Amino acid sequence: MIAFLIRRLLQGAMVMLAVAFIAFSMFRFVGDPVTNMLPQDATLEQRAELQERLGLNASLPVQFGNFVTNAVQGNFGVSYRNQRPVSDLIAERLPATLEMVFAAVVMSLVIGIPMGVYTALRRDSWLSHLFQALSLTGISVPTFVTGILLILVFSVWLNWLPSFGRGEVVELGWWSTGLLTVSGVKALIMPVITLSLFQITLIMRLVRAEMLEVLKTDYIRFARARGLTNRVVNFGHALRNTLMPVITITGLQIGALIAFAIITETVFQWPGMGLLFMQAVSFVDIPVMSAYLVMVSLIFVVINTIVDMLYFVVDPRLRVDTGQNKTGA
Amino acid sequence: MTAHETTPVLEVSDLHIEFDTRRGALKAIDGVSLQIAPGEILGVVGESGAGKSLTGTAITGLLETPGRISAGQIRLEGKRIDNLSQEEMRRLRGRDIGAIFQDPLTSLNPLYTIGHQLVETIRTHLPMSKKEARRRAIRMLEEVGLPAPETRIDQYPHQFSGGMRQRVVIALALCVEPRLVIADEPTTALDVSVQAQIIAVLKRLCREKGTAVMLVTHDMGVIAEAADRVAVMYAGRLAEVGPVTDVIKHAKHPYTRGLMNSIPTILNDVDRLEQIEGSMPRLASIPDGCAFNPRCPRAFSRCRTERPDLIAVENSDAACWLVEETAMTDRSPWPTSAPSPTADHRRGANA
Repeated sequence: MIAFLIRRLLQGAMVMLAVAFIAFSMFRFVGDPVTNMLPQDATLEQRAELQERLGLNASLPVQFGNFVTNAVQGNFGVSYRNQRPVSDLIAERLPATLEMVFAAVVMSLVIGIPMGVYTALRRDSWLSHLFQALSLTGISVPTFVTGILLILVFSVWLNWLPSFGRGEVVELGWWSTGLLTVSGVKALIMPVITLSLFQITLIMRLVRAEMLEVLKTDYIRFARARGLTNRVVNFGHALRNTLMPVITITGLQIGALIAFAIITETVFQWPGMGLLFMQAVSFVDIPVMSAYLVMVSLIFVVINTIVDMLYFVVDPRLRVDTGQNKTGA
Repeated sequence: MTAHETTPVLEVSDLHIEFDTRRGALKAIDGVSLQIAPGEILGVVGESGAGKSLTGTAITGLLETPGRISAGQIRLEGKRIDNLSQEEMRRLRGRDIGAIFQDPLTSLNPLYTIGHQLVETIRTHLPMSKKEARRRAIRMLEEVGLPAPETRIDQYPHQFSGGMRQRVVIALALCVEPRLVIADEPTTALDVSVQAQIIAVLKRLCREKGTAVMLVTHDMGVIAEAADRVAVMYAGRLAEVGPVTDVIKHAKHPYTRGLMNSIPTILNDVDRLEQIEGSMPRLASIPDGCAFNPRCPRAFSRCRTERPDLIAVENSDAACWLVEETAMTDRSPWPTSAPSPTADHRRGANA
C-alpha cells in the first residue's frame, strides 16, 4: 500500500514535470515574452533589463529549472493583460469553478446512481423507459444549448434565476463562496444543471450497465439463495460491486469538468478559471495559459491518485499484501 | 421402494416447467416427480441440459422469467411451496432450503469477509445478536473443517483456496440448519483430490443434522460416493430412479446403461469407451413417445409412439417399455446369456 502510494506519487511527479515542460515551452517559444511584456516604445536598455530579470539569458535547462522552482512555489509570472501575478488571478477564480464542479458532481451522483439502480432493477417499467429516453437526450444535447435554453426559460421568460454571474459571495479567508447567500445559490442552479446533465446520464447508464452485469453473477444468485432480503442483495451486495467503475469514471469526470467547464462558464459568464482561460486565449496571455495548463494537470493527477486510494477502500482484494494467506485446500 | 414412514422432506410431483418464447412455450421439465426423505441424499444425474439444475432452481423458487412452473406441485415437509409469494419464498430460502452452487470461486461476494456473509445470513433468519451469530458462524466454519476459524472468519474470499471456499459455501448453506439442501454440481469446479473431501464434509454434516440433500451432478463418481438414491434425467424427464447400487450396477433404462458405460474405470480393461450415439434433442424438437428413442439401441415401435411412465421393476423405477415387456415375460431386460446383437459389444465392459 505504502509502496503503491509512493509509486503513484512518483508517476504523478513525472506527469507534472512533462506538463511543466510543455507550459514552459509555451511561455518561452510562443512569441517573444520580452516583446509581449513591454510597451511598443520600450528602449533597448529596458529590453535587456527585462531579459535579465526574466532570466532569459541563462541556458535552457537552467531556465526550465527556474520555471519549475517558481511553479512549485505557485509563481507563474505576471499576466500580460492584467499586469498582476497569475497565481493571484487563479486563486481568485479557482473557488468559483470548484464550487460549481463539485455541486455538479454531487448532483450527478445523487441523481444518476439511483436512476441507474432503478432502471437496472425494473428493466421493463415505463419509468425506466422514460429515464432511458431522457438519458439519450441528456447525452446528445450539447452543453451550450442546454445553458441557453435554461437562460431563455428561467431568466428571460420566468425571471426566476439570474442569467449570469455568481451572485453575492462571502469571503472565507482566501476562499470566496457563493453557497452562503441566497443570490449565490440561485446563481449556481442553472450552471450546475447545465454541467451535470451529461454527467447524470453518464453515471446512470454506467451504473445500469454495471448493475445488470453484477446481478447476473453467482454471488448475487447465491445471496438470493441464502434468503437475504432484496434490499440487502441489491444495495449491499450488487451496488457495492458496481462502485469501482463509477469511482473511476467520476474521478476522471471531475478533472474533465474542471478543465472543460469553459463552455458553461462562458454561457453563464461564471467568473471561474474557464472564463479566465477564455479571456487569456483571446489576449494571447501566455503566462495565464501555461499556469492554467499546469493547474488543470495538477488537479487531474491529484484526483486520479485519490481514486486509486479509494480502490483500496472499496476492494479488499487490493488491500492484502501480495503472496500471503493462500492456504491449500 | 424407499419405505420411509415419515413425510418426505421434499416431494415434487408431476413438475412441469415451461419457457415462454415467441414461438410458444418450450417444455424444459416434463412431469418430474421426486421424493427425498430426511437425511437422505438423492443424486440427480444426466447430460447437460437434461433439466437437473432447473429442477433445483425451481425448488428454491429462483426460476427467472421467462421460465415458470406450469403444472405440478412442490412440497416441503408436506407443505406446498410452489405457490408461495416471493417474500414467503425468500424467508424459506436459507432457513429451510439451503443451496450450494457449482463454482465456489464466484459464489462468495468478493467485497465482504466470509464472517460478514455468514453473520448476515444467520441474522436474516434467526433473531440473534451479532455476537451470537458470530459465535455460531465460527462453530459452523469449524464443522466444515476450516482450520483456525476464529481468525479466518475475518478474511475475504480471495484469501481462500477453491476447496476452502467451497467449505465456506457449505457453511453458508447449512448455517441456519435447513431441512433440505440443493447442491448443484458442488464439486465440478474443484480439483479431484479436493472433491472427495468436500463430498465427505457434505455427507457427514447432512447425516449429523438429518438434512435431506438433492445432489445435482453429472459425475457418477460423486454419486456412487455420496448418494443413497439416484434419479437419472433425460430431456426434462425422469428416465430412472432407484437405490444407488441398483442404478449403477443393474441399470434398467438403456439411457442409464449408456451413461454408466461411458464412465472410464481402471478396473475394466476396455480399449474404447462406450458412448451414446447422437445427442440430446433440443427442447423444441423432443420426439414423440420416449424422448430417448432415436438414440436407443433397443427401441421398438411402441417407443416411437407411446411415452412410457415410470414403471416399478425390482428396486427401481424406470420409464422404459422394455421394462414392462420383460416384466410380463419375467425376464431381465438385459440378458447376459443370450445377448441381443446391439448389446453384444457391451459384454466386455459390463463383465
